[in-house]
This record gives sequence, structure tokens and C-alpha cells, in this order.
Amino acid sequence: MIPAGFEYHRPGDIASAIGILQQHGDEARVIAGGHSLIPMMKLRMAEMGHLVDLQAIDELKGIEVGADTVSLGAMVTQHELITHDGLASAIPLIREAALQIADPQVRYMGTVGGNVANGDPGNDMPGLMQCLNATFDLSGPDGNRSVAARDFYEAAYFTARDDEEILTRISIPVPGAGVGQAYEKQKRKIGDYATAAAAVMVGNGQASVAMTNLADTPIWSDAASAALAAGNVDACVAAMLDAIDPVEDNRGPVEFKKHVAAVMLRRAIARAQSRAS
Amino acid sequence: MNDQTLTPEERAANLKGMGSSRKRVEDVRFTQGKGNYVDDIKLDGMLFGAFVRSPYAHARVVNVNKDAALAVPGVVAVLTAEDLSPLGLHWMPTLAGDKQMVLADGKVLFQGQEVAYVVAEDRYIAADAAELVEVDYEELPVLTDPFEALKSDVVLREDLEGQTEGAHGPRKHHNHIFTWEQGDKDATEAILAEADVVAEEMIYYHRTHPCPLETCGCVASMDKVTGKLTLHGTFQAPHAIRTVVSLISGIAEHNIRVISPDIGGGFGNKVGAYAGYVCSVVASIVTGRPVKWVENRMENLMSTAFARDYWMQGKIAATKDGKITGLWCHTTADHGGFDACADPTKFPAGFMNICTGSYDIPTAYLAVDGVYTNKAPGGVAYRCSFRVTEAAYFIERMIEVLAIKLNMDAAELRRINFIKADQFPYQSALGWEYDSGDYHTAWDKALKAVDYEGLRAEQAQQIEDFKAGKTRKLLGIGLTHFTEIVGAGPVKNCDILGLGMFDSCEIRIHPTGSAIARLGTISQGQGHATTFAQIIASEIGLPADDITLEEGDTDTAPYGLGTYGSRSTPVAGAATAMAARKIRAKAQMIAAYLLEVHDDDVEWDVDRFAVKGAPERFKTMKEIAFAAYNQAIPGLEPGLEAVSYYDPPNMTYPFGAYICVMEIDVDTGEWDVRKFYALDDCGTRINPMIIEGQVHGGVTEALAIAMGQEIAYDEMGNVKTATLMDFFIPTAWETPNYTTDHTVTPSPHHPIGAKGVGESPNVGGVPAFSNAVHDAFRPFGLVQSHMPHDHWRIWRIANGLGMHG
Repeated sequence: MIPAGFEYHRPGDIASAIGILQQHGDEARVIAGGHSLIPMMKLRMAEMGHLVDLQAIDELKGIEVGADTVSLGAMVTQHELITHDGLASAIPLIREAALQIADPQVRYMGTVGGNVANGDPGNDMPGLMQCLNATFDLSGPDGNRSVAARDFYEAAYFTARDDEEILTRISIPVPGAGVGQAYEKQKRKIGDYATAAAAVMVGNGQASVAMTNLADTPIWSDAASAALAAGNVDACVAAMLDAIDPVEDNRGPVEFKKHVAAVMLRRAIARAQSRAS
Repeated sequence: MNDQTLTPEERAANLKGMGSSRKRVEDVRFTQGKGNYVDDIKLDGMLFGAFVRSPYAHARVVNVNKDAALAVPGVVAVLTAEDLSPLGLHWMPTLAGDKQMVLADGKVLFQGQEVAYVVAEDRYIAADAAELVEVDYEELPVLTDPFEALKSDVVLREDLEGQTEGAHGPRKHHNHIFTWEQGDKDATEAILAEADVVAEEMIYYHRTHPCPLETCGCVASMDKVTGKLTLHGTFQAPHAIRTVVSLISGIAEHNIRVISPDIGGGFGNKVGAYAGYVCSVVASIVTGRPVKWVENRMENLMSTAFARDYWMQGKIAATKDGKITGLWCHTTADHGGFDACADPTKFPAGFMNICTGSYDIPTAYLAVDGVYTNKAPGGVAYRCSFRVTEAAYFIERMIEVLAIKLNMDAAELRRINFIKADQFPYQSALGWEYDSGDYHTAWDKALKAVDYEGLRAEQAQQIEDFKAGKTRKLLGIGLTHFTEIVGAGPVKNCDILGLGMFDSCEIRIHPTGSAIARLGTISQGQGHATTFAQIIASEIGLPADDITLEEGDTDTAPYGLGTYGSRSTPVAGAATAMAARKIRAKAQMIAAYLLEVHDDDVEWDVDRFAVKGAPERFKTMKEIAFAAYNQAIPGLEPGLEAVSYYDPPNMTYPFGAYICVMEIDVDTGEWDVRKFYALDDCGTRINPMIIEGQVHGGVTEALAIAMGQEIAYDEMGNVKTATLMDFFIPTAWETPNYTTDHTVTPSPHHPIGAKGVGESPNVGGVPAFSNAVHDAFRPFGLVQSHMPHDHWRIWRIANGLGMHG
């Protein structure tokens, strides 16, 4: 439980952080809240010579709630997501999901940027951001670019982000009035990753459905979303069960996970529908 | 202080003696972060040790190359079995009569086994250097199933090859350790053959782990000038550790001082001796500097003592109307790579022969076969007396299985088979003499408290609703009536490595009427400093607040066998009362002298001796204490102190009735404990608040075990549950609300009638939770499903019963 040695950097702006990443290549990693990376380092499953701490970079902070778009700084903590009133009224789904992540102590430190950028299939925010059709802003040596959350995840811990890029902000379109939202998660205990979790938006003839920890990436399903938009819950669930690809682990065998995935999805749909107007 | 106006009741209350819910004196420091644990100890020049551990469950160790590790600046030494072997310390004896490798001697037998020990200037250097020790392994076939192990040609313990006789009799196979038989096999099998009804079932109690908040560790410090070794450690039995260290190291026992400082939970995990202790002692002797070793959480879960892992094949015979006539049990016990069970020496399966439980079963037979596998050694009593939780789980499941076979209500089946109050002392078919009990009274009180009839009616309605498609949830009512056997124990049959399992207390009264008491036990959170002072307060009439209690330093405390198996109150608590009574006897003589009457003319009155018939003429204990030090009393030595070494005449037999009401979601396997009622009878109650706390803690651990906690291995012998992500420790969120209750049936042979309570809630809790799960599915055809009852396994029950459409 003691990590290998490393150099610690705390740059004050994004450009400096990128500079350090450029200088050290794959020897360097950025660290946000540290709740995924530090355990991996302590297990010596992740070893890097240089750790670039982003906490002193003001540009990565802050929640901005606009009429059409919400912008979250990458270093916004889960706790801040939960306690921000404007955010809770603009997109209640974020608060509902954040409350189901780990425990208060983790949520004080864990950040939304770290959660989405790490590419851990167990994390809740990636599926949520796919459901919300969020866009991730990346800064790198060649400038800035944006990648849709639905295009970001390639495999477990592999994303569209280049090694020398930093995920800086998350932009989320505010769902229209009348859209019902729900996040439903089954877990073994507080602090656990999901056995299965479902993020659902439905209303105004539209729908979006994503699930967590049921494949090596979060799963947003176009077919499932379209079926739900058309009001066909059974077809939505069937399409999603087609899309997921869970593996057996201590949470249970594949058959169980598929069963629970369907249950979570149906519950999330029912709750989201009850909130739609 | 003028207390002449106080009534005897008021004076007794001021003592905060037995029966008082006195607040825990320990918590003043614990709640402020001022405890002093092993890892808080910092000695000048202290080095740190770290282990290189095997990634394989079974492999030959072909070569260990230390060069890269030794080249790291700050590395002082790297020890392997080769280095320990000239000292004869590459193996050590286990508590179970086996021997165990300290460092891998040619092969490894479980994942996480200690291979090399790196000693460095700080723990960071030690951890880095441990990574650099190069070990060449040659993988061997892995045996993780004890039944397979007994059939396999693969020899796990090559060191024992050809030895057909083990520490506990003949070995039937090269992976077999012992067979232990109790009761009458022929008579039991005859009863089974002729019985109206026989229920048969395999009851598996899975492997789990005590997982105390503080892991195991030590600081060894050899002073080369004085020749004295000081060993601080997380020891539940510091005196026994001193003797063991002396025997295996050759250091004279008077030159060894073992200190158990504050201990952050033990639950059996800290009873045995571990490689870390031996290596730290050796490293300190070699370097002449103190050496600290503290294991991390994964090391704790993977390598230090596990608990349970008993496969219990049961047969229970009864008449048509439910009177039990016989019980048969064959247990296959998975001990891992070495037999390091922490049991009294003559009991290789502990007190598993308490498995007739609370029932008057005239004929019974128990056999236990111990087996080697490629898993970590251990088999400790995790918050229970030796194998008593296994025994209680077995009989409480078998009762339920029999109830199904008889189509009877399980509460009624228990009632008609309980040992009756007038049968005590009761001689059990498997050899124990139960000291006291009143099971029917406790049972009726419990059923009434939860409105058992009402619960059954509600359950019936819910089953109807489920069948009608109105709900997807089921209600389970988990019943348990357990009887424990604790307080090991009588020296005539209980010893560990030849050390009789008595315990001790020494009390010194100071001139001003305060006192210090020292015991052979050691608190790990039980609150000894609070409760034992209460015993003394009631016995000698000095306020508990004026009594300091000390344990854990072998240079100052009297010899005792330590704290585990709920033995502190039954054994050391008895010693405390007996030592206090010796003081009171002397105090009586002093009082009589001061009052100028004959010894027999004074009588004890709460906190004083008064002249019989003249209560206004008295001497308080405080006055007597002062007199003991400032007056020459004819015929009496000065001073006021006493010591007692107590050898209990029998074990004690706490019991209880637990009822769990649980709701289960058949689609997700999620569960919700709606009610948990725990009635405990631990005899005389010393501190009701501490008892309640013990019950809350023990039931919570029982919840963990029954509902998810396990040490699971894959086929390669990899530990799948080595972190707290996968190893279930309930938080406040998962912990239900508990209702506690009690009856009081004192132990007739214990000086104050107390029986011990710390482990009852685990013993009773596990079957209560498990029976609730089983009971929920009983109407749909479930007979037996193994723990832990985590979500997917509960889902699997429902799925197997066709409840998913």
C-alpha cells in the first residue's frame, strides 16, 4: 500500500500543465481528486515518474449554469455537484447520480473531470454524460478541441484523449422542460461500483438511455433511446440488453447482471416517466 | 466526605459497580485520537520490515535473488529461509501442533505466503526494495477444494511425507491433517436407521476473515547491552506469546518483555503467531536496532488468520411429531496450507461438539476431518468461542431443514426440543455439562416481543400478494436460539501448547483508598478497564472511578492466557472477584481490629464493615485501606493487596434468542432488515451499556458474514476478495437498527454469575440472518442455500425456484 516514488508537480495554469506532460511523455499523469489513481498507485498497478496535480488551476474550476448549457470545470467535486442549487434545478439528474457515488468523504475529493476522463467502466459519470449528450473540452499542445461523451470511450481506461491532453470542461445541454430524468443504481454496499446502473431521460417525444459497468465502456444505445422515445419500453430494454456485454466478477455472473440491468433500466424509465410532464 | 446520610442504595450507586451503565473510561482517549497503537510506537533508530509475498498459491521457490534489493540505499538486510535456518527459525510451531514456514522453505503453499523479509531505514525504502527481490517460481498444481485435496495425488506438505501420525492421531491421506470424533457413532447411526423422519443436508459455512480495524503488527527491540528483548505487538495473548518466543528463540523468558498496547480490534485474528513477529525479532537481534512490521490491509486479508471454512454434512432424526432423537455430523474442515488453528490443544476442531445446541438430543455423533489446501492458514475463532459459530450455524440450519421435512413451524419445533430449565446442569450427548439455562422463558419472551404470530400472518399475506403479482418482495422471519460455550477454560482439559487456560488478577489498594488492578487478559475494545473496575467496586466498596486497570505488559501483569473466546469475564473476571474477596477478607480483620470487636462481629455493608446490630459503628473501605498502611495491626502484614489465579471448574454457557425480519427483492437479490431483535442471557450483567454495544457490534459482524463477507479464491488459488471493495464491512448505511433484550440466568459456578457476552451476537446473528433468507423462500421450495447471501446468490435462489418468469 506504498506507491513507488514519483515527482510531484502543481502547475498554476493549463499551459504549464500541458508543458509538463509534453516534457515527460507517458512518464507523467495528471491527478485530479486522486480517488482512482492513488489506489492504483498504492497497489503498484500504476507507476509513473511524474504526477501533475491540477488543483491549483483556477480555469478548471466552477459551475456555470446558462439557459441552454451547463458548463462544469473538470476539477468540480462531486460534493459541489450535489450542493449547487442552480445545477440541481437545471439538470436534477446530475445531483441524483452524484449522491449515489461512493460516500461523502470520497465525494469531497473526487472530481467530475477525473471521473469522466479516467475511462474506468465502474465510474458513474461517463454513462450519465452520455445520457445527457455532454461534450468534453480537451486542451493539448495543438490547441483545444471538443469530443462528444458518446464518442469518447474506446475501451476500459482507453479514451479519445491523447496522453498530452487535459480534459478541462464539460458542456451539457440543458434538457427541455418536461423531460423526466432518473438515475437508478444497484450496488453491493456504500462505496461500491455499480452492479448495474441506468441513466434515463424521457419526454417531449425524445429519450436517451445509458448504462454503467455493464461493458468495458459506458453504453449509450441509439436503438434503446429511439425505442423509448417511441414509447416502447420493452423494445428499449431489449435493445439495451443487446448492447451491453457484462463480465462475471465478484458482483455476480453474467446472467445475473443482465437481469439486474433490465430491472434497473425499467425502474429508471418508470421514475423518469413519472417525472416527465 | 460525610456519606452517613446516604442510603445503602445510594452508596452502591456511587460506586458505579456491577449493573451500572458506567461510561467507558477508554473512550476518553480513543475518541480524541489519543490511543497508543503499535504503529504509534516510535523508537530511536527504528527500522522497518516488509515482506516479499508469493503471487502463486502453490509453487516451488527455485531461487531468490536479493542483489537488486540490497543495492537500494537504505536497505539493511533481506532475510530468506536460508538465513533463518541456522537459527532453526525458518519454521515455527503452530498453536495446533503443526509447524509453519516463517519464510518459504523451497515452496509456497498459498498466495500471499511470506517469501523474504526486507529490512530498511524507512517503510518506503522497504516497500520499494521488496519489489526488487527477484524470486523464481515453478508453478505446481493448485488444490483449493478440500474434497479434491483428499483425493489428489498432489502432495502439499512434502515435509510431512510418510508421516501417518499427526498431532491429533492418524492421517488418512497425505493432505489429511486429523480426524476428531465425539459421541456415539454406532448408537447414532442406529437411531438414524430406525427414525420416523431423517433430514439430511450439507451446511457450508464459508471462509471469512476477522478483519480488525487495526491490522497485525509489532515492534521488536533487542537491547544488546542488557540482553533484553522488548516486543510490542497486536497480541491477544501477550503472556503466551512471551513463552512461545522464549521456547522458539532460546531467549530466557525473564529477558523477554511482551507489551500489547492499545489494540484496534482482534476478533481472533491476533491470537496466533505470525511470520512478521519472528522476522522482526530476528532482524532486531541481527541489526541491534528496533524493527517495526505492520501489515497492510491486503496482507491482513490474504495471509493472517482466516475463519470458518467448514463443510458440515448433517443428519437429524426425529419422531413424527418432532421430538429430535439423534444428530449426526461429519465436517470437512479446510485449514489451508498449515494447521494454524487457534484452539485449545486437545480440541483440534475447537468446541464444535457444542453442535447439539439448545436442544435435548439424547444421542449424537460428530466427526471432523482436517484437510490441507492451497489457502492461507488460520481457522481462528472470529468473534466466537472455538468453532462455536460453526456449530450454532449447523444446528440452527438443521432445525430449519427438519422443520421443512416435518412441515412444522420452526419456532414450535425448537420449543418442543429445548433442554428444560429443570434439566440443568445438563449433560450433552457430545460431552459438555451446560451450567445453567432457561430457554423456554427466553424463547417465549422473544416471540412475544416481535409478535411472532402477527409476523407470520403478515408473511402469509405477502406471499398471497406476491403470487397475485402485487409485489416482488418476500418477507423472511429468521429464528435462532443459540447456546454458546465460552470461558476456556478448566486447566484439566484446556491448554494451549501446554499452558493451562486459567487467568489472573492482581489488585493493590493504595493507602488513600484508590487501587490498581492488573490482569492476564488484554482488551481489544471490550472495555475491560471499565467493567473489571466495576467488579472490584462492587466486591470491595471502592468507587470504580478510583480503580485503574492495566493489562498487556508481561513485566507487570500476572500471567494469563489472554482475551479471545469470550474468556475474559468468565475466567479473568472470576479471578478479579476472587482477588477482591481476598482483600475484603483482610479488610474485615482490619475493620474488626479498628472497631475493637471480633472478626465475626462485623458485617459487610456496600462500602464498609459495620458492627453487627450497630450499623452506626463502621469503618469504610477507605478508612480500612489507610489503616492497612499506617497501623501495626497484630497478626496482620501491612498493606492491602491480593492476587488470584483462577482455574474455572467449568465453561459457561451463555444463550440467546434472536429474530430477524428481512424483506427480499426477488429480482435484484437486495435485502432490507426490517427488524432485528436480540435477547441475550449472559448471566449476571456487569455493564448493560457495554453489553448492548457488544451486541450491536457482534450482530453487525454477523450481518456482514451472512450477507456478503467472504474470502473467495479462484481455481488458481488467487484471493478474489483482498480489498475492502470486495470484502464486505458494513457501514452505518448497511447496518440495521437493533432491539436488545435480556433474561438473567446466572452461572452457578462463576463467583459473580457472569457468563461472557462479546461473541454471542455473532454466534446467534449469523444463523438469524441466514434463516431469514431461507425462510423467505421456504414457501417456494428452498431447503438450503449456502452463505454468503449476497445479491447475486439470493437472485440465484429465486432464479432456481423459477421466480423470474
